[in-house]
Amino acid sequence: MLSPPYAFAQSNSYKARGLDGPTKTRVSLMRRWRGRGWWTLCVMALILLVAPVLVILVNVVSKAVAHWNFNVLWTTSAGNGHGLANAIVGTLVLMLGVGIIAGLVGVGAGVYIAEFARPSLSRTLLRGASEVLSGVPSIVFGYVGYLALVVGLHWGYSLLPALLVVSFLVVPYIAKATELSLGQVPLSYREGATALGMTKSQALKKITLKAALPGISTGVIFALAISAGETAPLLYTAGWTGAYPSLTFVHQPIGYLTYATWTFYDEPSSSIQQLANDAALLIVLLVLLLILLSRFVSWWSARHSPERAN
Amino acid sequence: MQRLTNKILKPIVGGAAVLPMMALLAMLIVLLVEAIPAVRYNGWGFFTKETWSIGSLYGGVVNSGGVPHLAGASYGALSIILGTLEMSAIAVIVGIPIAIGAAIVIVELLPSKMSNAISLIIEVLAGVPSVVVGLFGLLTFGPWLARNVYPLLSHMPNVPVLNIFRGSVGHGEGLLSAGLVLSLMIIPIVTSTTRELLRQVPTSTKEGALALGMTSSESFFAVQAPWIRTGVIGASVLGLGRALGETIAVALVSGSVLNLAGNIYGTTGSIASTIVTQLDSAEGDPSGLAVSSLAEAALVLFIITLLVNVIARFIVTRSAHSTTLPVGAGF
Repeated sequence: MLSPPYAFAQSNSYKARGLDGPTKTRVSLMRRWRGRGWWTLCVMALILLVAPVLVILVNVVSKAVAHWNFNVLWTTSAGNGHGLANAIVGTLVLMLGVGIIAGLVGVGAGVYIAEFARPSLSRTLLRGASEVLSGVPSIVFGYVGYLALVVGLHWGYSLLPALLVVSFLVVPYIAKATELSLGQVPLSYREGATALGMTKSQALKKITLKAALPGISTGVIFALAISAGETAPLLYTAGWTGAYPSLTFVHQPIGYLTYATWTFYDEPSSSIQQLANDAALLIVLLVLLLILLSRFVSWWSARHSPERAN
Repeated sequence: MQRLTNKILKPIVGGAAVLPMMALLAMLIVLLVEAIPAVRYNGWGFFTKETWSIGSLYGGVVNSGGVPHLAGASYGALSIILGTLEMSAIAVIVGIPIAIGAAIVIVELLPSKMSNAISLIIEVLAGVPSVVVGLFGLLTFGPWLARNVYPLLSHMPNVPVLNIFRGSVGHGEGLLSAGLVLSLMIIPIVTSTTRELLRQVPTSTKEGALALGMTSSESFFAVQAPWIRTGVIGASVLGLGRALGETIAVALVSGSVLNLAGNIYGTTGSIASTIVTQLDSAEGDPSGLAVSSLAEAALVLFIITLLVNVIARFIVTRSAHSTTLPVGAGF
C-alpha cells in the first residue's frame, strides 16, 4: 500500500529487519558492556546506601521491642526507677527552648540576609559565616560552652548553657531555610505589595513571610530533629540528672534521651542496659516523626499554593 | 507607628544576622585564651609527640616555666590528629563513590515515586542520631565485620596498598570500623547535593548526547559528569569536614584510645572523641593543664574544620553554573 520506507517507520517493527532497536545495532559489544558495568556499579552503590539504613532501623526497633515495658514512659531513672520519663521531658524541654531561641535568631538572620543585606559583599560575608558555623563540629560547640558558660560563668551543668550551645549549632540551618524560601517568593507578590504602598516591613509581615512560612517551618523542624539527636554538645553542658527538669535555667542539671543511650549500654545491670535501647528507639521515633512532619508541611503547602490553583 | 517598626526591624534582624559571625569569633577567642597555658607548656611537642598523659595525680602540682602542671604530664596530640585524618580518609574513600553512584541511580534510572522513597531513606539516614549509629556500629556492625568480612580482607596478597589489610582483625572496634561508620554519616550530604546538581542538567544537552548515538553511560560522562563535577567536589569536602568533626559515633566505634592504630583494624581515637572521653579525667587535674590541653586540641580541630569548610564553599561558589548551587541545601 505504502512505499517501503514509510511503511517501516509506521509499523515501527525493527524486528522485521532483524534488529533489536533503533540505536543498539550501532553500539559495539564492548561499549554495551561498559555501559552495563557502569550502571551495575551505580545500582550496587544505591544498595550499599539503602541496606544499612534499613538494617539500623530494624536493629533499633528489635532491640528495644524485645524487652519493651511501658513503665519506661512514666518512671524516672532516679533511684531504682527503671524509666526514662525524666529524659523524655528533658529532651522535649530542650527542643522547645532551641525552637524558640534558634527559631527567632535563625529566622531573623535569614530575613536580614535575604531582604536587607546590601551590598552583596555583606550578604556574602554573613551567609558565609553562617554556613561555616554549620560546619563546626558539635563537640567544639560543646567544649566552648563548657569552658565559657559552665565553668567561666559558673552556671554549672544546666539548661541555659545547653540551650545556647545547641541553638547556635542549628541557627545556620534555620537561617538558610528562611533565606532560600524568601528567595523563592514570586516577584509578583513583592511588586503587588509595593504597588499597594506597603513598606518593606509591612510587606514582610503581611505577604512575604507568609508565603515563605512552609519553607521556614521545614527548616525549624529539621533543626528540632538535630537538637533531639545531639549528644556531644550536651554531655558537658546539660549534665545529667535522674529527676525531672526543674525549669531553673542555671545550676540544675537536666536529663535527655541521647545521654541514656550513650552511657547506659555499658552498665552492668541488664535492665539499665535495656534503657539504652529504649532511649535509642524513642529518639529515632521522634526524629522520624519530625521528618514525616516536614514532608507533610511541604506536601500540604505545594497542594495549597496559589500557583497551583491557577 | 509603622515608620517605627520599619526602623526597628532592620537593626533587630541585622543583629540576628551577625550573631553567627560573632559566635565564630567568640569560639575562637575562648579556645585561644583557654589554650594559652597548654600552648606554653606543650610547645611544638603537641604536634610531634604521641603520648597523652595528665601525669601523676599523687606527684602534686609542679611549676615549670610559669605553667603549673602535674608531675610527668605530657600532651602530644600527634596520634589523635593522625587518627582523625586516617578515619576521615577511609570515610571519604568508601563513602563518596557510594553517595555519588546512588545519586546517579536516583536521578537517571528510578521512576519519580521510587526516587521519592529513596530520598526519604536518605533523610532518615541524615537524621538518625550519631549515638544510635555509634551504638549500632559498636554492638552489631563492628562485631559482624570482624567475624565475616575482616578475616577475608586479612588474606589480601602481600603487595603494596593491599597489604594494609593484612594482620590480626580484632573484635570490630577500631580504625576501619570507625571509618566505615563515618562513611555512612557523610553519605547523605553528598548524595543529596549530587542529586540536586544532576536534576539541574538541561534535558536538551542530554538529548543531544543521545542523538549523537552515545549510550546512556557515555552520555553521563560526556554531559552530566562535567556539569556536576565542581559541585560534587565541594560537597565531598563538606563531607570530609563532617567526618573530621564527628564525635559520638567515633568515640563508640574506634575504641577511643590515645594511640595510633597498630594496623587498619586496631583501636585508635580522634581529636573529637578524645575531648569527649578525656574531659572527665581532665577535670580531676588540679593544675587545670589537662582541660587547657583539650582546649588546644579543640582549637586545632576548629581550625582544621574551618579551613576545610572555607575551601568547600570557595570551590562551590567558583563553579559558575548558577549563583545558588544547592550544596548543603536540605541539610
